[in-house]
Amino acid sequence: MSHAPRDRVKWLIAISVVVLYALIPVLWMISLSLKKSSTIGTDTSFFPSDPTLDNYSALFKSGSDFSRALVNSFGIAAIATLIAIVLAAMAAYALARLQFAGKALILSGSLAIAMFPPISIVGSLFNVWRNVGLFDTWPGLIIPYMTFSLPLAIYTLSAFYREIPWELEQAAQVDGATPFQAFTKVILPLAAPGTFTAAILVFIFAWNDFLFANTLTSTANARTVPATLAFFTGASQFDQPIAAIAAAAVVVTVPIIVVVLIFQRRIVAGLTAGAVKG
Amino acid sequence: MSDRSRSERRTAWLLCAPAVTVMLLVTGYPIVYAFILSLQRYDLRFPAQKKFVGFANYSDVLTSHTWWTDVFNTVVITVFSVGLELLLGMCIALVMHRAIFGRGLVRTSVLIPYGIVTVVAAFAWLYAFQKTSGFVPSLLGLSQDPFASRSGSFLVIILTEVWKTTPFMALLLLAGLALVPDELHEAAKIDGATVWQRFWRITIPLMRPAILVALLFRTLDAFRVFDTVFIQTGGANKTETVSILGYHELITRLNIGEGSAISVLIFICVILIAVVFVKGFGASTAQQRGEA
Repeated sequence: MSHAPRDRVKWLIAISVVVLYALIPVLWMISLSLKKSSTIGTDTSFFPSDPTLDNYSALFKSGSDFSRALVNSFGIAAIATLIAIVLAAMAAYALARLQFAGKALILSGSLAIAMFPPISIVGSLFNVWRNVGLFDTWPGLIIPYMTFSLPLAIYTLSAFYREIPWELEQAAQVDGATPFQAFTKVILPLAAPGTFTAAILVFIFAWNDFLFANTLTSTANARTVPATLAFFTGASQFDQPIAAIAAAAVVVTVPIIVVVLIFQRRIVAGLTAGAVKG
Repeated sequence: MSDRSRSERRTAWLLCAPAVTVMLLVTGYPIVYAFILSLQRYDLRFPAQKKFVGFANYSDVLTSHTWWTDVFNTVVITVFSVGLELLLGMCIALVMHRAIFGRGLVRTSVLIPYGIVTVVAAFAWLYAFQKTSGFVPSLLGLSQDPFASRSGSFLVIILTEVWKTTPFMALLLLAGLALVPDELHEAAKIDGATVWQRFWRITIPLMRPAILVALLFRTLDAFRVFDTVFIQTGGANKTETVSILGYHELITRLNIGEGSAISVLIFICVILIAVVFVKGFGASTAQQRGEA
């Protein structure tokens, strides 16, 4: 099928606008992170006039809370994702495959919990955590992260698992496979991609959290990257360390962008699987 | 047969039990506890004065000017950002659906704002619009810092929210667009319908369920807005939202009793919004999924 050149130009413009829309704030953050911190505040141009990597080396120098925050962010998000995926995979298997009363209740219940305003439980958790010693600890964040990671995982996984051709398991058994072989050799490879996608989505959510990280931590002990960024301090309390924040922002953004780019097809499938089914 | 279905039911509940128990513990218990706290005078700075006061905290909050201003601010941010997202999201979805080339490129780019940490996006837009550091004021020839005024602050907050969450909206709408059969468009074209007529008479009605679900998700999400406002204004310039108010009451002022009352009220607001969408407009996710 051939298209008129006028059509091609029209689409080229539309596509360029969308791509620029998505990229400009990211490019701006990168360019800001390359500016000399002394020129920020006077130099308001988009591109750095004299690019430098000083901001990045300052970020990782010893005594900075940032490396510690990266470890916290990664560890807390990974553990929360692992727990949520294991629990949700069991539930989603039952929801997708078994017949039982209460199925619709579990699905709509988890959807309702996903819509839950986190600020509503921050006060209770703040109060309880201080008394039971969970304040400013990893478990102190991992537990509240279950409020959004579990519903998200259950919803996405049950949508994926419903698409699996479960008859193949019986077919394999007819062909002489043991039930264990049928499950591990036939079903697991089919379920793995969807499970992995759900894990990426849950990880992104946990990595993104700011409200819990901000309210339930107070030191580098458990403070994650978003909370650390918000409390970065400059030379004086009125001076925001813009260059340092920009460099830190780029550091935490790059891994997510790489993951998103590699797994884009799956992420799109995962984001829409739970909401709208074709 | 009934033996089998009974054992199936038992297996199902065993498999679901851990997830359901954890969900109830991490959300049910804290919200009940928040309600209990909200009935007490409980200020961590004066713990000795702790006592049961019934609904006094609620009447304090509901008669205060601050609460209603903050509800208004939250509604402004929600309505404008979700409205703009629907418009922009529909445009992007149409580009992804109809483009004759470059669909993959568009999809890849729109996932970038989705993946970025909200706090990072908030800083990027703050530093771009702030007069001392940003390129936007000189580009647009602004004489005043946008963050010096209430409307300017609102505008940047809304733009940040729109930038960050439009991709999600666009992907949900794209999935809805895929449900509209091409034959209907072909038939209408033969009958002489214009592009515009086909969009309003075929695409939109058939996409109604998808649009409502996308709007429901995003409205509830926007109503909880916290990160962007916290980073960009901290609630200054009368841009405080209900979540920020709850935060300040609970964490900054350590007034657990009144803060909990605010938390419970926000929870009730969110339920009300969901009820309006589901009962009022008939938004249904189950129907979309071919169940129910």
